[in-house]
Amino acid sequence: MVSSTPEVYLDSASAERLHPAARETLLAALERGYADPRRLHGPGRDARLIVDNARAVVAECLGVAPDEVGFTSSGTEAVHRGLLGLTAATGRYGIVHSAVEHSSVLHAAQWRDSPAHVSVAVDTLGHVDLAAMAAAAREPGVGAVALQAANQEVGTLQRVDELDLPAGVPLLVDAAAAFGHVPLPRRWDALAASAHKWGGPAGVGVLAVRRGTRWTTPFPGDDGLDQPGFPNVPAALAAAAALQAVVAEQAEVGARLSVLVDRIRSAAAALPDVEVVGDPAHRLPHLVTFSALYVSGDEIVNELARRGFGVASGSACTASTLEPSHVLAAMGALTHGNVRVSLSRDTSGEQVDAFCAALGEVVTEIRSRAGVP
Amino acid sequence: MIEIDCRDLPCPRPVIELAKALPEVPVGGRIAVVARDPAARYDVPAWCRMRGQAYVGEELADDGVPRYVVERLS
Repeated sequence: MVSSTPEVYLDSASAERLHPAARETLLAALERGYADPRRLHGPGRDARLIVDNARAVVAECLGVAPDEVGFTSSGTEAVHRGLLGLTAATGRYGIVHSAVEHSSVLHAAQWRDSPAHVSVAVDTLGHVDLAAMAAAAREPGVGAVALQAANQEVGTLQRVDELDLPAGVPLLVDAAAAFGHVPLPRRWDALAASAHKWGGPAGVGVLAVRRGTRWTTPFPGDDGLDQPGFPNVPAALAAAAALQAVVAEQAEVGARLSVLVDRIRSAAAALPDVEVVGDPAHRLPHLVTFSALYVSGDEIVNELARRGFGVASGSACTASTLEPSHVLAAMGALTHGNVRVSLSRDTSGEQVDAFCAALGEVVTEIRSRAGVP
Repeated sequence: MIEIDCRDLPCPRPVIELAKALPEVPVGGRIAVVARDPAARYDVPAWCRMRGQAYVGEELADDGVPRYVVERLS
């Protein structure tokens, strides 16, 4: 099988390239941060300082205290640990979540059966029904609510701060798609995020739990927020450096990318039988999803790759499963012919225009090959 | 009612076959797509919405395979 690196990478929502600010930090931390941060010798203290520094930076970006922040091995691990730690602490295992949460949330709910589990419906733009979610959270047996800050596939921002939850039912906000791209909701008890989505290295997740929230580790090991086991000290610092940089440039980059995304939205919507999915305004600045009727997801992804554009798809035929994206299905959107485009901080207007031109050709070509009427 | 057998066709072929067969259906008439493809459950209703036709609902064919019924509006 021939593999090639796409010339224009438009899949930052799957994994963003390492931010330049993280690269030097990572190299320096690899030299100094090898020892066990729990040891009292010099190298151990160096490692400890690096982890403390990383934690303080992430805490500052979240507006919380450092002891409210933990590091995990991924965003998925942060969601599992966060959500199941909330239900373990309350002793009520029911989880209320939106129908469009990341699979890590759905899997956490499936981990332990509960009659109080509820998946709350979304509208055609992907917004969860906040009143239905608030009502479901008031049912007996509910131990936690999970709502994403932004959707990972369609970019719709949830109105998290307007969610009215009863006392004693904590909220976990999955901020993996949003952190570093938009200001985060303020209303959360626990929050999960993932460094490789903001330009940090892979293998670093963040779990924040506010002081005063009942949380206990749901898995074997210490009762701290950090995942047990030897920490990836250099990667934690590189993740923090990348986060600090992307948060500082968030407004400027977001404004620029949002204009480029609008160009893609217009170009896609102008093609016959192509539907742009997700909230057109209340959305992530760098991400857009659309579906083309009569086109298979793998064909469109492969044809775009052949022309030098790397994109993702929520269509069934491109995934490891035969099931189409649960997000598109929940929104009533077309699940085949789906393309998710996510821009990086350095994506240019010329690249976006070239992509839009290629998109039109590819859709026309695939349809004519399939003999579409 | 016209019924098209898309039992063994992968997505998006059931929807393509539906679009191809539509001209044979009189306005106000119905057509059914029989398909195992799990995407058809979402994509037949989505096609109806995008193409201005009416999605009637899901039934089961005699062999238990889902059957999606569409009414032609235009």
